[in-house]
Amino acid sequence: MKKLSTASKVYLLLVFVVLYAPIFYLIFYSFNSGGSMNNFESFTFEHYEAVFGDSRLLVILINTVIIALLSGLIATIIGTLGAIGIVSIKDKKMRNTLLSLNNVLIVSPDVVIGASFLILFTMIGVKLGFMSVLVSHVAFSIPIVVLMVLPKLLEMNTSLIDAARDLGASRRDVLTRVILPYIQPGIFAGFFLALTYSLDDFAVTFFVTGNGFSTLSIEIYSMARTGISLTVNAISGLVFFVTVLVVVGYYFVTNRTKRAGQEVQR
Amino acid sequence: MFSKASKGSLFPYYIWIALFVIAPIVLIVYYSMLDLNGNFTLANYTAFFSSVYLKMTLTSFWYAFLITFFTLLIAYPTAFLLTKTKHKHLWLMLIIIPSWINLLLKTYAFIGIFGLYGPINAFLEVFGLEEQQILFTDFSFIFVSVYIFIPFMIIPIFNSLDKLNPTLVYAARDLGASSFTTFRRVIFPLTIDGVKSGIQVTFIPALSLFMITRLIAGNQVITLGTAIEQQFLVSQNWGMGSTIAVFLIIIMVIIMLLTGQKKGGRA
Repeated sequence: MKKLSTASKVYLLLVFVVLYAPIFYLIFYSFNSGGSMNNFESFTFEHYEAVFGDSRLLVILINTVIIALLSGLIATIIGTLGAIGIVSIKDKKMRNTLLSLNNVLIVSPDVVIGASFLILFTMIGVKLGFMSVLVSHVAFSIPIVVLMVLPKLLEMNTSLIDAARDLGASRRDVLTRVILPYIQPGIFAGFFLALTYSLDDFAVTFFVTGNGFSTLSIEIYSMARTGISLTVNAISGLVFFVTVLVVVGYYFVTNRTKRAGQEVQR
Repeated sequence: MFSKASKGSLFPYYIWIALFVIAPIVLIVYYSMLDLNGNFTLANYTAFFSSVYLKMTLTSFWYAFLITFFTLLIAYPTAFLLTKTKHKHLWLMLIIIPSWINLLLKTYAFIGIFGLYGPINAFLEVFGLEEQQILFTDFSFIFVSVYIFIPFMIIPIFNSLDKLNPTLVYAARDLGASSFTTFRRVIFPLTIDGVKSGIQVTFIPALSLFMITRLIAGNQVITLGTAIEQQFLVSQNWGMGSTIAVFLIIIMVIIMLLTGQKKGGRA
């Protein structure tokens, strides 16, 4: 293969610089003892201390993480069961209809999802707050879990199931000892994506959160609307750090399961 | 393929579809036909076809078009060059990481960067230019949106380029096609699916984004998304908000059909 020309390298470099510059810009000024994002006075950790000293902010952080983990878990269970169910449907038309319905929430604009969920919750009488946010996050995470699990189920060799049945495994055994282990990477990827969907969501939460309950995105939005606050920068620093950790962690875990899978196949 | 009993596992999934896929659409359509007092009316639709809303829809379209265009313009060459690098998947990973940083934080960064005393203005000053108001302009809105969508556009294009069989490119070259012709007649048509999904994930959100317009464009730019948020959460006019949402859904369906891919999915 040809080597990249200098011009191409410069172009790629430029794209990377533009992509990362705003993030590092935020993190850089999170260590600024001055109050602005313009001139760097001196190095300080005070904004990080402010984050950890602010009990309201800590509660919001904990809420965000709880919502993400809980919604990810519930969505993964419903989505995985749903995917197994979809694969078991023989009627082609029915299956395609289900798959189209599955994708509706993935392609719908956030604002429409948020607005329609707001109407729904008001009609059913769900109080806006923790529950409505949790349920919404479960709702918009389910389809992505299905999409992650489905290919694994489709590539699975059905004779594995037949073999297990012939050897006397109960339906339950087939599910827990044959199907689930096989599709585990898909389930894992689905859970992981559900987590990031939940952590990243702003628009839907903004509609269904009501007063009093808030997640990190909502809090950053209201802080940013009032202008620059270096506490937000400190939060960015922490978020970036955690993101990189998660990415590295995810990379290692998937590599390990891949290797483990190969060993089993051997 | 799978035992019949596993159909029982569909139960919670069916409930989800009924409650969170079908019911919301029905409710949006229902509410779009209600006025402020909850009476049945088509006034919202007449209002939508008034000049104010039509103009807003058109500008929203125009912005979404510009955003998608510039995103594609930057993303395609990037994806193309990325597939030529040595550790392409590592580089792709590095492109994806910024997309995982919370959207709000990235938008917030630009409040500082484009600020009156921010680095861009400081840079302009070196060249003897006056400080300018960059924030709260069309330019800043489009720039920030493009910045946010670039990774989402790169991923599908990268994937389709990655799948492209390189021997096709060699064949075209051997048969005397110039590199431009090779690109126009071979590479681009074969990666059009990636481009289409990239457009899908950019154009629809670009129509409906409302936090970027609020934070970066002040109230200069009003998109369909901003209007929905305004009607629902500020004016409390759910009927009108739902009407705009209905049109957003219709537009979305049209775009999906236009950029839809032939599904060769297995049975």
